[in-house]
Amino acid sequence: MMRKFLTQVGHYFLFLKKVFSKPEKPVIYYKQTMKEFVSLGLTSIGIIAIISFFMGAVITLQTAYNTENPIYPKYLIGLGCRDSIILEFSSTVAALILAGKVGSNIASEIGTMRVTEQIDALEIMGINSASYLILPKIIATLLFNPILTLIAIIVGILGGWMAGTLSGVITSANFIYGIQYAFIPYYIVYSMIKTVFFAFIITSISAFQGYYVNGGSLEVGRASTKAVVYSSVVILLFNVILTQLLLS
Amino acid sequence: MIRVINLNKSFNGNSILNNISVTFETGKTNLIIGRSGSGKTVLLKSIVGLHDIDSGEIWYEDVLFNKLDFKDKKVIRSEMGMLFQGSALFDSLTVEQNVRFPLDMFTDKNSEEKDERVNFCLNRVNIINANNLFPAELSGGMKKRVAIARAISLNPKYLFCDEPNSGLDPLTAILIDALIKELTEEYSMTTIVNTHDMNSVMEIGEKIICISDGIKCWEGNKNEILNSDCETLNDFVFANSLAKKLRLTNK
Repeated sequence: MMRKFLTQVGHYFLFLKKVFSKPEKPVIYYKQTMKEFVSLGLTSIGIIAIISFFMGAVITLQTAYNTENPIYPKYLIGLGCRDSIILEFSSTVAALILAGKVGSNIASEIGTMRVTEQIDALEIMGINSASYLILPKIIATLLFNPILTLIAIIVGILGGWMAGTLSGVITSANFIYGIQYAFIPYYIVYSMIKTVFFAFIITSISAFQGYYVNGGSLEVGRASTKAVVYSSVVILLFNVILTQLLLS
Repeated sequence: MIRVINLNKSFNGNSILNNISVTFETGKTNLIIGRSGSGKTVLLKSIVGLHDIDSGEIWYEDVLFNKLDFKDKKVIRSEMGMLFQGSALFDSLTVEQNVRFPLDMFTDKNSEEKDERVNFCLNRVNIINANNLFPAELSGGMKKRVAIARAISLNPKYLFCDEPNSGLDPLTAILIDALIKELTEEYSMTTIVNTHDMNSVMEIGEKIICISDGIKCWEGNKNEILNSDCETLNDFVFANSLAKKLRLTNK
């Protein structure tokens, strides 16, 4: 089992070498990257916004119900909401959601291209199929996922503010004071760094699973599931490592 | 001309092709025939370099193709066109974009020149008013014809067809065969066609090799195939009851 795992890791790095080789015609890659911005980035805004809004709302209400003691100032609810969203939700939880949406999309798209011989058709033409198909996806997610993270932060805090004020657990003034109190701008940088790592993990692992599919539609489905599971596990592992490196 | 010398190929220790040697001639439609699972597709994919071979030599004219690295193979590959069994058109591109794709990747032609070439190739395979359709909107025969148009868009020297008639009705199959033969003669290409369709064999088989269990068991042309002594070939050629009766009657 260990040998199989190490073989897979080796294949993964050889695959990355193939992906990052010199593009055949950079202008074609530019067009592909623009397409991927839309299919992987813009189409993810909706799901990220909806989930962020409700997560922000729940974090605010949970914090409020668990800090009802009068010795805790009310503005701590806003502060808790802000830090939870910036430090963990906007990067890690959003990455796990994107692993499900974007990861399965990439694995199934590339896997289908493999089993229908479209990748063979690219190879026959002398095109480095790994680079042509995957590099634009990696570039698009590396550039666009930080924007999704910023959206998650803004919408999450907005959701927290609305839930807090509408339910009456905190006043608007207290919440706004809380989200400004003891603000550390580096937390945003930390969140962005994590997002970039997670974007690479999601795209490369999912593409790897799809690229080496062997068989038919059943195997494409399996590859898609593996893409989500492996990406999620590696994201959680790297979350621990990056947190220790960046915040210690 | 493509020469294959003592080609061996195995997967996970299972031998698929054994000591295959054959010469495919320029300007002719060369057929590889054999039963399903006999190793035809593996042979074709080995010749084009999609499978690394265990041993042997594959020569394109005077270039030893299987020893070239990826960069050098690209030069030969730019002279190849291939029609896959399932057409392998790019799902996300329209008919026009599919045919235009090799031109975008490998030529410095301007947009008008590319449009002209795309329309010429599509007209050549009788695809009219379908430029903006996606592959999912095409019939099986149309997909094959668009795939042929894409394959010839760069004027290839070598054309490879993996079961071009699979899934087609007999009339459409004959049209595709005729098109492949015409294009081969027109552009003086070296064409290799994998097939187990006897109609194709009799229509376009200028040079034929028969593969059985990974071994080349017969080589000849369509005029010789009906009088062969090779039992494996005869089992394949006279597989249906009508053909068997005709053979007995002739004897």
